[in-house]
Amino acid sequence: MENFAALIAASINSGTPLLIAALGLLINERAGVLNLGAEGMMLVAAITGFAIAHQTHMPWLGFVAGAIAGMLMATLFAWLALVLVTNQVATGLALSIFGAGLSAFIGQSFVGQSLPAGPHGIPLLSDIPFLGKALFDQHMAVYFGLLLCGGIIWFLYRSRAGLVLRAVGESPESAHALGYPVRKIRYLALLFSGACCGIAGAYLSVVYTPMWVEGLVAGRGWIALALTTFATWRPARVLLGALLFGSVTILQFHFQAIGIAIPSEILSMLPYLATIIVLVLISRNPDWIRLNMPASLGKPFRPGSA
Amino acid sequence: MLKLELRAASSRSMAYLSPVLALLLTIFFGALLFMALGKNPLTGLQVFLIEPIRSKAAIAELLLKTTPLVLCALGLSVCYRANVWNIGAEGQLIAGGLAAGSTILFFDTGTPGLSGGMVLLLASCAGVVGGALWASITALLRDRFNANEILVSLMLTYIAQLLLMYAVNGPLKDPNGMNFPQSKVFSSDYLLPHLFSGSRLHIGFIVMLVASGLMAVFVYRSFAGYRLTVGGLAPLAARYAGFSSRRALWTSLLISGGFAGMAGAFEVAGPIGQVLPSISPGYGFAAIIVAFIGRLNPIGTIFGGLVLSLFYLGGEMAQSRLGLPSAITGLFQGMLLFLLLACDTLINYRLRWQK
Repeated sequence: MENFAALIAASINSGTPLLIAALGLLINERAGVLNLGAEGMMLVAAITGFAIAHQTHMPWLGFVAGAIAGMLMATLFAWLALVLVTNQVATGLALSIFGAGLSAFIGQSFVGQSLPAGPHGIPLLSDIPFLGKALFDQHMAVYFGLLLCGGIIWFLYRSRAGLVLRAVGESPESAHALGYPVRKIRYLALLFSGACCGIAGAYLSVVYTPMWVEGLVAGRGWIALALTTFATWRPARVLLGALLFGSVTILQFHFQAIGIAIPSEILSMLPYLATIIVLVLISRNPDWIRLNMPASLGKPFRPGSA
Repeated sequence: MLKLELRAASSRSMAYLSPVLALLLTIFFGALLFMALGKNPLTGLQVFLIEPIRSKAAIAELLLKTTPLVLCALGLSVCYRANVWNIGAEGQLIAGGLAAGSTILFFDTGTPGLSGGMVLLLASCAGVVGGALWASITALLRDRFNANEILVSLMLTYIAQLLLMYAVNGPLKDPNGMNFPQSKVFSSDYLLPHLFSGSRLHIGFIVMLVASGLMAVFVYRSFAGYRLTVGGLAPLAARYAGFSSRRALWTSLLISGGFAGMAGAFEVAGPIGQVLPSISPGYGFAAIIVAFIGRLNPIGTIFGGLVLSLFYLGGEMAQSRLGLPSAITGLFQGMLLFLLLACDTLINYRLRWQK
């Protein structure tokens, strides 16, 4: 029982960065922008957050720095994709390649350094038997992720601003004709997404690992992108997907711990294999995707060009 | 204020000028970067861009690294022409390298068997098949299940890297290697022949040049290549003309995987000479930039390959001469791609001064 609680706790822990990043990406995709640079934003945020937390001994400052780094990366993307109307796929790829290079460059002197484990858990609640260990003995960012999910559900479906955001994603021409500043809304959505990816990246380097190795994010940015498709762009399903992927990641360590004779390299493939399987299952029916996908996703919009 | 104004027709000359402009801007921002790092910008640029090509031996190294970059980019160009976003060339390269390395290790037992040339030919074929098979997974899942090829090809890259790690820790590990995760060093018969003595430049370079020529014919002079390009530029027109988008998907991914696999085979049987846990410093990803710089033109990719190869050597030089992290290569790569995308805006728009 004690082990099972630890397993749940570990799954939540490893699902959290996916949750936060995918929620951010969901927002910019709902606004019609496809940013494949998530991996790059997370990498730069991870090393920035790590470096700041390492130098100042203040982990929370690492999160702030990570969020800012993510927003700066998102601004770079926005300038190209929104102002210069470049191809969003290519620009996102460029952001990922640039982020990988920049993080490796900044991080070279931090390779192998680690951070002390920070405070954990909610007082009192974490003393409840079983549930306390499974649910309430986590870093604050985990609960932030849950709040974020609730907040986004409210924003998208219950607030006027959320309605405008969805309108921009479904039909930028109509939103523009009604007088909504499409580019500005998309930029704000990208900024929010950058901040989320940044917090997720900082979580990886400051709390989850907590050390720096090159390529620390290890494809989680891409998995988060896959999660938005898996969730058919709905926040509640993102939460479900993140927990699912979190447990797949933990399963590999669990298999190793109970001594199943599969080489560790093969077990490490599990999250990537799971991503492919999930994509296949969800995309099998093209109509299902078409119905749910924001209609203008990935299509550039330039006011006054039509 | 500067404003973008849509051109009546996209500018052909700008399409060729844009990579040059992007490269010049990259050099300019590179100088700023060296300055920000407290180095003399001119010394920095000299070390990064000139030092690597000062001698004949250095130029041979440049061409050596150009080979895998161009091979991968040749296939990627075909994919991007067909609007198939394969970004998993790195994984296809690893799969090819692994297949080729296993083939060589199978024959390289110390007992007389097939001739070295024969084994190398087999290994190269194994590389091509391995890379193409790896890419065919992406094609199959896209074709059959509509799964996004960007994410699938990238996930397969992580899986290929783990498979390589498994291989060098398991079946391919050198039994006399003091438990290091690597295969034994191939005997010299089973290494690609060098073009000149005293340099590592191997016969794969010639193969790459021939391949570029053949691909130029395929893209610009064959009906199959024409069908691919039309499918990418105007999917509806292609459908009306009866060009199958499924065939375009499979053709482009198989070509791309094959070339990337060949690049992997040449790396393993060439400069590396054994199977290591890492057989590529990201050539498959850099090749994406090579393809764009080369304007998706097979001959153009050679120029793109030279530039990106220079960046790799420049990074090593910057580390040894200036004490900067060699990861500076990745920074230059990213800057170049960003600036290229920005400059490409000028193909369809012109800048106008507006009060």
